[in-house]
Amino acid sequence: MSWRCFFRRAQWDRERAEELQSYLDIETEENIGRGMSPDEAGRAAHRKLGNMVRIREEIYQMNTVGLLDSLERDLRFALRSMRRNPTFTLAVVLTLALGLGANTAIFAVVDGVLIKPLPYPKPQELVSLKHVAPGIQVDDFLMSATQYFTYREEGRVFQDLGVWLAGGTTITGNGDPEQARMVAVTEGVLRALRIQPAVGRIFTEADTTTAAPGLEVGGGAVILTYGYWQRRFGGDHSVIGRQLIVDSRPAEIVGVMPEGFRFLDMKPQAEVILPIRINRNSVALIGFNLRGLARLKSGVAIAEAHADIARMLPLWLNAWPVPPGNLGRQAIESWRITPALQSLKDEVLGGVGKMLWVLMGTIGIVLLIACANVANLMLVRFDGRRQEFAVRTALGARRGQIAQGVLVEGLVLGLAGGALGVVLAQAGLRVLLATAPDTLPRLGEISLDPRVVAFAIAISFASSMLFVAIPAFKHKSPIGSTARGASASRERQRTRNTLVVVQVALALVLLVSSGLMIRTFVALQSVDPGFADAATLQTARVWIPPQQVPDPERFTRMQHEILDKIASLPGVRAAGFASSVPMEPNRTALSGIWVEGRANADDTTPPARRIKFVSPGYFGAIGTRLVAGRDITWSDIYGRARVAVVSENFARETWGAAAAALGQRIWSPAPSTTPVWRAIVGVVQDVHEDALDQPAPAMVYWPVLMDNFARAALTGTRAINLVIRSDQAGSESLMNPVRNAVWSVNSNMPVFLVRTMKDLYDESMARTSFALVILAIAGAMALGLGLIGVYSVLSYVVSRRAREIGIRLALGAKPAELKRMFVRYGLALTGIGIVVGLAAAAGLTRLMSSLLFGTSPLDPATYVAVLVVLTLAAVLASYVPARRATMVNPMTTLAEE
Amino acid sequence: MLQGTLDMLILQTLVIGPAHGHTIAHAIERGSEDVLQIEHGSLYPALHRLEDRGWIASFWGTSENNRRARYYRLTPAGRKQLAAQTTRWEQVVRAIGRILKPTTEEL
Repeated sequence: MSWRCFFRRAQWDRERAEELQSYLDIETEENIGRGMSPDEAGRAAHRKLGNMVRIREEIYQMNTVGLLDSLERDLRFALRSMRRNPTFTLAVVLTLALGLGANTAIFAVVDGVLIKPLPYPKPQELVSLKHVAPGIQVDDFLMSATQYFTYREEGRVFQDLGVWLAGGTTITGNGDPEQARMVAVTEGVLRALRIQPAVGRIFTEADTTTAAPGLEVGGGAVILTYGYWQRRFGGDHSVIGRQLIVDSRPAEIVGVMPEGFRFLDMKPQAEVILPIRINRNSVALIGFNLRGLARLKSGVAIAEAHADIARMLPLWLNAWPVPPGNLGRQAIESWRITPALQSLKDEVLGGVGKMLWVLMGTIGIVLLIACANVANLMLVRFDGRRQEFAVRTALGARRGQIAQGVLVEGLVLGLAGGALGVVLAQAGLRVLLATAPDTLPRLGEISLDPRVVAFAIAISFASSMLFVAIPAFKHKSPIGSTARGASASRERQRTRNTLVVVQVALALVLLVSSGLMIRTFVALQSVDPGFADAATLQTARVWIPPQQVPDPERFTRMQHEILDKIASLPGVRAAGFASSVPMEPNRTALSGIWVEGRANADDTTPPARRIKFVSPGYFGAIGTRLVAGRDITWSDIYGRARVAVVSENFARETWGAAAAALGQRIWSPAPSTTPVWRAIVGVVQDVHEDALDQPAPAMVYWPVLMDNFARAALTGTRAINLVIRSDQAGSESLMNPVRNAVWSVNSNMPVFLVRTMKDLYDESMARTSFALVILAIAGAMALGLGLIGVYSVLSYVVSRRAREIGIRLALGAKPAELKRMFVRYGLALTGIGIVVGLAAAAGLTRLMSSLLFGTSPLDPATYVAVLVVLTLAAVLASYVPARRATMVNPMTTLAEE
Repeated sequence: MLQGTLDMLILQTLVIGPAHGHTIAHAIERGSEDVLQIEHGSLYPALHRLEDRGWIASFWGTSENNRRARYYRLTPAGRKQLAAQTTRWEQVVRAIGRILKPTTEEL
């Protein structure tokens, strides 16, 4: 064969025919010359030559690229038959498009979030230097500057290592003062991430050291992110070398990050990058407020790095000075600080992986159901084409040729469904990305890239194989099946029934899953978060820069004044402030709390508790009930009364009852070791600080201004979160007067992070909501497809048995009885499906137990509800075709035969 | 007829000069003194195959009795192929002959 011939076959064939004809002519002529009659001469010539058509065919075949040729033919045939059966085509393509589209969309999410590596070179080498401190029950223990130095200097497995912290900063010197999101880093962080700046340079060692004592954030140098550079400087390259004022300290712009740079999964992403500047000669052992990040030497496993840190921790503990008044080494040793290193990717994903795989599996099941449906449609269609297959076989088509034709038709349908599915997936993803920005990490990295499209094509192929193989397998011998082959048809009916049973079973699994998710959602909503009516709670953060108002008492009085002004605004029912509001990630601090009269030797530390600094009226405004005692008052604060409020669970755990805590004294040591006891004046209800599905932590609430608390004689709370109860929460009509109230006290104070508690609450529910929505969609699709399955099988049975029904009716069968007969048939199929599905659900839902809250994977109510829904739906799906059966006119049916 | 021998015979026939299918068929039949009876039809696929391999080339011409006919001629590659095949054939024949008639010296 040759390609040249392949494309010129027709012309070739014509020439061959001519050539053979010329042979015949010559031979005939010669035969006549030998004395034959012209007729006889012609016949003899033909005999001599042999079968002309066969010769031509043989040559034609030689010029054929076998598969390609028949493929083209089959393709044409498939397209023609699809056009001729628009209803069938539409049903198949739409069903597949739904299944394939949903899978493509969810794969795009899984790929973008879980599979794609982090957007840094060699991301597998990056680790997050996490620690835990089981001695004081802290499962995310931050690092101190001294740990950073020890690891950097003594570590054996790191290429680069640095520490960072995230927060906000005030930038002046370029128009209006502005509050910007920042991440502060030591030089090792950007080096470890291997980020090349778009303009300028990254930080050097000199940028991240200081002569001032201790550790300071910002000043000296600053790096802009691409977005901030574009927004504030219009992408001007001459910004390098310009001065900005960052938190009242001059800083020179040294570089701009490349477009698309993202610092881990910070939300919202940082706008500027500041240096953490440390004076190595004046840092104390403790001061744990930094997060560590490192790049391992290539080939080093996390376990080795883990061991290396474990080796260095004792070195660290004994290497650094403990200033007088600080906690001693023994105390810190008792905290049992332990490395808990994690790959940076795991840190970024934060446990979302399991949920996504569950969702992917769920949507995969929907595709299986869709394929079963299509297989059923194909079976029906093949039944209709049996005659055609038989004729083709009789005409000499080989079985392989027929099978190939069927396969090609399936592939065409599958790919058409896949193509439409990609379009649907694109639309679905757009909706998903627009509506769920806070649900998933790395959401910005999700897209329909070539890999996702390749996946779509692959699953289109796979499902085509699946839904073609089942009917093709059942049509093994087309010969002779034009006769009403009762046994063959019974077998096909069995296949159809099996498919329906599978569909019902899978649908049940999905319905149970979505049912469990609904239960979880409801259970979460019925959790008392510890605050009331989130929709009418406005929050906003106000920060008083230390350079402007250094004195804690002064700025606390300013905060008091702001609060009074806000409280007197029209429409404001109550107001207060605190160092953080519930459900803000990583905002509450941890601190060891000593209890008077409890045995805690000097060198051991009691469990760390969450602490929060609150203003008088905070509990009232946010709606946290006072269980016993009283709130903190302004006269407590200005009178330096040493008071505290604790949560109910802390009181119960320590003293057995809420009221028993009143009058008891507690103390938080850092940094002085001389006890400064503070009396508990109030006990408030438990608050779910972290998330609704996390247990409410034991809390201690301190007043916003205290003496002898931290290193200073007086400690205030510079960054406060206003909590304002108003029906206008979430609107500018509330926030404008609030801002004016703040600025009337001091016009240099930024007001930022303006949110309602509802926003935070919804964010906390976001992951569950996301899973719920996806599962609900999957469940609805499964139910719909399953019902279509039951319906179509029964319709088919009814149409096949129309003659029998006609006879029965003619012989006096009651329509109601006939109806019951068919409904019973549908219910029997559903029943088997339900039994199989129940077993499968009991096994499979265990996989999703980590997504559940307040309900067991075997929740009886869910199972019962699903059973009822499925059964009712099956009755309906069987009733419609059954009713059609009884409307058969016996005379017409019999006459048709 | 043995696989490949028809090819060789066709090539051999064309050594004398170009010929069309009818001539080739009859030439083979006559040359073998009618021992090798071939179905003339089977000649054409073989011709096509040889042409495809580049051993012969074809052109349209006029036959002795003034009819349009497709002529084939040997190409240099075909000539080389014929030589190779002939040598090989003779070796095979000699070998078989020796096995069948071990006493006979000649042949």
